[in-house]
Amino acid sequence: MSDATLQKGTTARFRSATEESPLARRALIGVAFIGLAILVFAPLIAVFAEALADGVSAALRSLANPDALDAIRLTLTIAAISVPLNAAFGIAAAWFITKFDFRGKAFLITLIDLPFSVSPVVAGLCIVLMFGTNSLIGGWLVAQGFPIVFAMPGIILATLFVTFPFVARELIPVMIEQGRAEEEAALTLGASGWRTFWTVTLPNIRWALLYGVLLCNARAMGEFGAVSVVSGKIRGQTATMPTTIEMLYQEYLSVAAFSLAAVLALLALLTLLLKTALEIRHADQLAATHRH
Amino acid sequence: MHIEIDEISKQFGVTAALHPVSLSIPSGALVALLGPSGSGKTTLLRILGGLEFPTSGRVLFDGQDATGLTVQERRAGFVFQSYALFRHMTVFDNIAYGLNARPRASRPTKAEISRRVTKLLELIQLPEVGGRFPSQLSGGQRQRVALARALAIEPRMLLLDEPFGALDAKVRKELRQGLRDIHDETGLTTVFVTHDQEEAMELADLVVVMSMGRIEQVGKPQDIRARPATDFVRDFVTA
Repeated sequence: MSDATLQKGTTARFRSATEESPLARRALIGVAFIGLAILVFAPLIAVFAEALADGVSAALRSLANPDALDAIRLTLTIAAISVPLNAAFGIAAAWFITKFDFRGKAFLITLIDLPFSVSPVVAGLCIVLMFGTNSLIGGWLVAQGFPIVFAMPGIILATLFVTFPFVARELIPVMIEQGRAEEEAALTLGASGWRTFWTVTLPNIRWALLYGVLLCNARAMGEFGAVSVVSGKIRGQTATMPTTIEMLYQEYLSVAAFSLAAVLALLALLTLLLKTALEIRHADQLAATHRH
Repeated sequence: MHIEIDEISKQFGVTAALHPVSLSIPSGALVALLGPSGSGKTTLLRILGGLEFPTSGRVLFDGQDATGLTVQERRAGFVFQSYALFRHMTVFDNIAYGLNARPRASRPTKAEISRRVTKLLELIQLPEVGGRFPSQLSGGQRQRVALARALAIEPRMLLLDEPFGALDAKVRKELRQGLRDIHDETGLTTVFVTHDQEEAMELADLVVVMSMGRIEQVGKPQDIRARPATDFVRDFVTA
């Protein structure tokens, strides 16, 4: 081989084994963008466009309607109650599953996943069967003046059921990967179990926990099926944002329906923005904790 | 501190990790638990540290029954196999952890903690790394930080699980001497686990050869080399 060809060979840019050709790369990126545009961006834009079809003032007027305001308030209240509860349940479940060895562990993990595989409508019906006025428990609770179904507790139960796996599912793989050594180290250094949890376990899982909580929150605010079965959709009382949107849409009040839908979408975008802001602010910590 | 292991056994389900074993470790000794994987050496170390509890038998510290003591009450400085440094804390905070975890009444002041951490960083010859995170250290540096963290609690004994396992040959030699120096300086009873017979023979005053959950032989390195008690020991130390 002559010097010239050798030189040419070494100066040419080599691709790594896992890298595709430029053409294939552009095609893949293109497919991803087209998919996103059709499935995500276009519907989102359509929602806002429909909401503003009669102008900004018409959209705002429909949102100032007491029923709409009640729905927003109810949805935020439900998220505020069920997300912290499920965060606590999720941490406890993930802790139990990853830090202890016991029989039936795989079964427990399957149980945690159950809400993902059961249709929300079925879940809602189960709650109605369990706690409805005709059931044993429900009848007694109604007699005590504490109805579950067609009331706030039922909506919270349904939301808790549907969003149960999010936090635990995010935490379990992270906690398995991290193992128990750091906790054991803290214990040998004299820390109590409680102190170990707050100073070692929780800081190590905080990002996974944040993702879990954000997903849980998004679903808690957006849940329709289970909630629509148990809530009875009483306007001003048990109608959440998603169920109100559906009712308004059925009544051909499209500006009102889409205005409320836009607010719901904005709430979701806000959580995403919050997540990104936190990631940027703590980028150095993220890098430090993820490298090994 | 004198450690007495009295007929300790450990079952994990149906498998026996340790058949009843007895061992006396004189105060201030540097002892190697030597054996292949699955020989029960790490289990024995974890039982000493209170991370694992024996199925039967007793552990005595200076003649006092310590079998029921919790891991916190043992006050054993434990160095883990992959060091288990707290990855979200700086080196300084890692070393200070044990002091900060003490109950308020016996916790040193902030200035005192800072003074002690600085002194420990000098002891391990890494005075500059206090502000760094574990991920920014080399393997050898991590091992020394783990040692400093264990020493910070003023332990009654030092327990090390494969302390040199994850290091390359050159660093390993240096750190061996480092551990020897720290042991001689502090006078702490020190037990370390290793599968490397050369390491055990070179570093330890007393070598405990283990296999299949049993102690095969206990003795000074030269005695074990000169008079292996069983075929297993002969094969293992000449390998």
